[in-house]
Amino acid sequence: MELLSGGEMIARALEDEGVEFIFGYPGGAVLHIYDALFKDCKVPHVLVRHEQAATHAADGYARATGKPGVVLVTSGPGATNAITGIATAYMDSIPMVVFSGQVQSHLIGEDAFQETDMIGISRPIVKHSFMVKRAEDIPVMVKKAFYIASTGRPGPVVIDIPKDFTRPDEKFEYSYPRTVKMRSYAPAQRGHTGQIKKAAKLLLSAKRPVIYAGGGVVQGDGSDLLTRLARELNYPVTNTLMGLGAFPATDRQFLGMLGMHGLYEANMAMHHSDVILAVGARFDDRVTNTVSKFCPGAKIIHIDVDPAAISKTVPADIPIVGPVVAVLEEMLVQVDAVREKEADLPDQGALERWWKQIDEWRAKHGLWTGRRYSQSKMIMPQQVIESLYRVTDGDAYVTSDVGQHQMFAAQYYRFDKPRRWINSGGLGTMGFGLPAAMGVKLAFPDMEVACVTGEGSIQMNIQELSTCTQYSTPVKIINLRNNYLGMVKQWQDMQYEGRYAMSTYEDSLPDFVKLVEAYGHVGMQVRELADLDAKMEEAFAMKDKLVFLDIIIDPMEHVYPMHVAPHGSMKDMWLSKNERT
Amino acid sequence: MRRIISMLMENEPGALSRVVGLFSQRGYNIETLNVAATNDPTLSRLTLTTFGDDKQIEQITKHLNKLVDVVKLVDLTEGAHIERDLMLIKVRAQGVLREEVKRTTDIFRGQIVDVGPNVYTIQLAGTSDKLDSFVAAMAGVEILEVVRSGVAGISRGEKILSL
Repeated sequence: MELLSGGEMIARALEDEGVEFIFGYPGGAVLHIYDALFKDCKVPHVLVRHEQAATHAADGYARATGKPGVVLVTSGPGATNAITGIATAYMDSIPMVVFSGQVQSHLIGEDAFQETDMIGISRPIVKHSFMVKRAEDIPVMVKKAFYIASTGRPGPVVIDIPKDFTRPDEKFEYSYPRTVKMRSYAPAQRGHTGQIKKAAKLLLSAKRPVIYAGGGVVQGDGSDLLTRLARELNYPVTNTLMGLGAFPATDRQFLGMLGMHGLYEANMAMHHSDVILAVGARFDDRVTNTVSKFCPGAKIIHIDVDPAAISKTVPADIPIVGPVVAVLEEMLVQVDAVREKEADLPDQGALERWWKQIDEWRAKHGLWTGRRYSQSKMIMPQQVIESLYRVTDGDAYVTSDVGQHQMFAAQYYRFDKPRRWINSGGLGTMGFGLPAAMGVKLAFPDMEVACVTGEGSIQMNIQELSTCTQYSTPVKIINLRNNYLGMVKQWQDMQYEGRYAMSTYEDSLPDFVKLVEAYGHVGMQVRELADLDAKMEEAFAMKDKLVFLDIIIDPMEHVYPMHVAPHGSMKDMWLSKNERT
Repeated sequence: MRRIISMLMENEPGALSRVVGLFSQRGYNIETLNVAATNDPTLSRLTLTTFGDDKQIEQITKHLNKLVDVVKLVDLTEGAHIERDLMLIKVRAQGVLREEVKRTTDIFRGQIVDVGPNVYTIQLAGTSDKLDSFVAAMAGVEILEVVRSGVAGISRGEKILSL
């Protein structure tokens, strides 16, 4: 058996695990590991400019590929800088393995240089964490970390490694386990057949059904099965912010996103439904509005791999715990079985009336019927997303930051495929978009990758323009520039009588075109609507260049629809600045 | 409603902090907490009491079960069970009260485990209610110090919590 040091074992284990990229930043506590990577490791390392970006890049990679993202950071500030990205991945259930350096084991607890209690700090935002206590445990620990991160409800796992366990002069027998079993960790492999039978019956007895699909369908690779089920039944489908792409957005059965900034037709259909099939969704407060008023007439079937997600906020009538693919496969069989016995299900007359009602909602205030945004001499943010959609044929990977631009992208870019929409939904992390786009572009160098952002968010990780230069990741940055923190401003307009408390930068914004040029990229500013499509096309025609489109948009535009809060239900929405349901 | 939740955990550093952290992180309360090794050196047994309605308790047990270090868990209050809390209480025992303290201790089947010219230290085991009653019965006496172990519990009959 081969003898390897702790540092070498980490490098080798990453190879054996099939890792494609390590996103990281070196420092004192991880120098032995970095030396091992340098000397003999096939896995390329991507040097970011800030550890937060390493986690977001790994996260973007994971969302786009479905494989765990891998991060390597040093102790102390390296570890704490990674925290925001770990929390982002945790909230959206993204598989990630983070290796953090730690001071030598005999110094732990002595406030040594660059010491921080990483296990303690990360505890509430990880699926699990390990601290290396003996170098010889490293291979099994790494295997366990990847296993935990990528199975069940995925999530980030931290491995904290005191420096002395990676020293090059102490070698141990290395073998990487092919599988690992843990007595205390056994995620559900399939759903309960009895429950699925009951659910199939209820689903088919519905007169006003809605399928409400979330990020779990995307992460669980259940999109094809969900689409099959929905089409077989001709039931309407709405996706959460995290679930966009789980069902094709251009399909007639798609109602659009639901929730706080969901489409009118999606929220209305939810509120008036009698049966909701929730798949891989968690009844988030940004979906439900006031929980006690949520969908008063609906019976709820809730499928999730995490039992704790079921009945957490909204009680489920039929809970089903299991992975989305296994449960939906069985659901399709059970639906067929019910229909063999009762051929008149579902009630086609009722379904026809339901679709008629939905089409009326669509015609009345739907996003795609008539112009739902304000008229202005300036470019409207929605027009930018529509232009992006046209120029990329609706087939780009789109990452976003957080704010108005994120909602406009979610509403107007119609995602037909899963894993194409990459955004921080749960934590709402500004600064996510650019590093996430890097991670996606590295995974899919031949695909178009656009980062939709705003001048607020982009400045939170703008240093990564340098990383993009180093690794030639020609992403396209679509900067919706309104010179305000737009979503903050919108709330200040609506709830604080337009007092823009610290939501503008006065004259302090950089010349973004010059800034990106300084990094060796291409910058273009767009002010006129007439130039928008041409500039967009020009940007995407530069295949090998990172292009930053600085697009000056109307700062007064708000995102609508918007749930009326507090005390509103799903159907209570602002449709424009002076129009309510 | 008061619940006694008892679990087997991996005897790993940090396991206890994950359990305790979960409670503070999600806004649940811990009334008592007791943790110690078992006959299996790889496992420790943790017992805690908490208050909550059925929905809250369901969430608490689901989240505890999700912790990778928690191997197996039982809500003892769902069935017949035995619970024991151990108290050591030091009281002023002088003059006429010295005899009174002794009598009350006997009534509660406690033991005086340490005697000083002016103080008694009493040991008492039982349900939390019984210990509360004893403290109430000592109302006329100056209580100098109270220390309790927190509830430990076990199911009655054949039912066991094991792997």
